[in-house]
Amino acid sequence: MADVKKIKVPETQEGTVVYNLDPLIVKSHYEIDYIHSYAQDSPFFAGLSAGRLMGSHCPKCGYTYATPRSHCMQCGAKTDWVELPKEGRVHTWTTCHFGSEVFLPETPFTLILVEFEGVNTLFLSRLIGVEPGRAEIGMKVRAQFLRNSKFLPTDVYFVPA
Amino acid sequence: MRDVYVVSGGITKFSKASPNKDFRYMVKEAFDYAMNDVPNLTLDMIDGSVASYFSDHFTRQLMAGIMAQDYLGLCPKPSRRIESGGATGGMCFQSAWEAIASGRLDVCLAYGFETMSRVNTWKGNEFIALASDTNFDYPVGGFYTGYYAMMVQRHMHEFGTTVEQMASVSVKNHGNAMHNPYAQYPMELTIQDVRNSEMVATPLTRLDVCVMSDGAACVILASEEMARKLTDKLVKVIGVGTGTDSMRLADRPHGDVILLPHEKKEDYAHLKYPGVHSFRGGRMAAKLAYEMAGITNPPKEIDFVELHDAFTSSEIQTYEDLGFCKYGEGGRFAESGAAGLDGEVPVNPSGGLLACGHPVGATGLMQAVFALWQLQGTIEKHFGNDRLQVKDARRGLIHSHAGTGTYITVSVLERGF
Ligand SMILES: [Zn+2]
Repeated sequence: MADVKKIKVPETQEGTVVYNLDPLIVKSHYEIDYIHSYAQDSPFFAGLSAGRLMGSHCPKCGYTYATPRSHCMQCGAKTDWVELPKEGRVHTWTTCHFGSEVFLPETPFTLILVEFEGVNTLFLSRLIGVEPGRAEIGMKVRAQFLRNSKFLPTDVYFVPA
Repeated sequence: MRDVYVVSGGITKFSKASPNKDFRYMVKEAFDYAMNDVPNLTLDMIDGSVASYFSDHFTRQLMAGIMAQDYLGLCPKPSRRIESGGATGGMCFQSAWEAIASGRLDVCLAYGFETMSRVNTWKGNEFIALASDTNFDYPVGGFYTGYYAMMVQRHMHEFGTTVEQMASVSVKNHGNAMHNPYAQYPMELTIQDVRNSEMVATPLTRLDVCVMSDGAACVILASEEMARKLTDKLVKVIGVGTGTDSMRLADRPHGDVILLPHEKKEDYAHLKYPGVHSFRGGRMAAKLAYEMAGITNPPKEIDFVELHDAFTSSEIQTYEDLGFCKYGEGGRFAESGAAGLDGEVPVNPSGGLLACGHPVGATGLMQAVFALWQLQGTIEKHFGNDRLQVKDARRGLIHSHAGTGTYITVSVLERGF
């Protein structure tokens, strides 16, 4: 009798975080690491680390995109990489005083859509060096790059030119 | 294609948080309401369904649609889930329409829900922002209010639209909602109240922006034969249209304006279109819906509209996309009172997303429910008062909108009795 094994789940010290009893509301943590490939857009991000802003040009219809598109949305042809100008103008802007959770520590930040001479579409970026709410449509802006690339589109940002 | 009718609808009260009910229970509540409104309809007469919900993140449950189907007692009948961001509800409505129009089903339920209170607001904003391009847009802005604020800054620049004109939309919609018992935030506001509320993204303040919600809504669609057995207050779907646009706002090219039946090319000789100030997808959706419905003069032939006013600015932009006024005149249209309850085209008599709340998967169906009741003339029965009943409403338009105008649906409903 003495050698009968006890069968039981080990008791631990962790518990469930309970917010409320009626209805029963508990905390449920949810977090993942995602393996995000930039795939055919990779040269754009590599370009940022070299201080270059790479767009796409369609050899067939002549359309130029301010962001990478390896196929043209006008005609479907394969595009070529093209370096965009370092200077442009503010097409439109806003200052975000709130944001989604991960960006809250960065608020307030100013977003702009940049228009480049001879380029058919715009480029979304942050504008630095302007007081919140003080950007202006039409103002000249210049690209600057992080010295230590994070391989994010925020590796490039714009400042008043 | 067969004619399709909406025969019944139901909705839960939208609220910031409904911890006492999960999404299945909320759908059931909306469904039971709809079933009670057509007593001749029994569960076995429903041939199938379409489920509408936006983000799996909010439920942390994949295949949530089947759980609602199961809870309603509709298994093993056909069902599917529709997802198209903010336009999910409108797309679900159109998918149910297709099921009936094609002859595949005779009675189809469209149900939708979202339980956004399961995360805090800023995390919710993050989940929603994942509906922007995660290579280029999300990491830079990651905030839909910011994207819309940029769009309207350009609208203001091009057309002289003012923040007061935008605020007037908030005043109208929150005020209408005072008489809608299903609305989350009915409020009597002034333009100053809207401008004085906290700045979210210039120029949009907290009262220019809709809120997150928990809620569910459903409508039941049927073939003509079945509809006549179920109700004498027939409402027919006379036009559906869907449009799309590039995921990245920055990629919107400039081209020719898509003209509605009552417009001419000369009207827009100098307009760069769609730019970032207009929704090309909304234009496309409207054009297709108007063509199907045989509408040649929208402001004259539409008696009321329930449109996707996630932001006051987007309501103004949408007046223009739907052709209620010319491009550039949306601000003045708002200011003139033309979209008010007694105006030329009452817009969002229910209070819209701004005041009713925006539980994404339920929102487009909420519009269908309110439009149905307007056309049936039963607002008083369902709201307990007739203050929001549009007199002699014969034809109503519902409009559902995703992303920065990425997916847009327009459906036109008409009284059929
Ligand atoms: Zn091309």
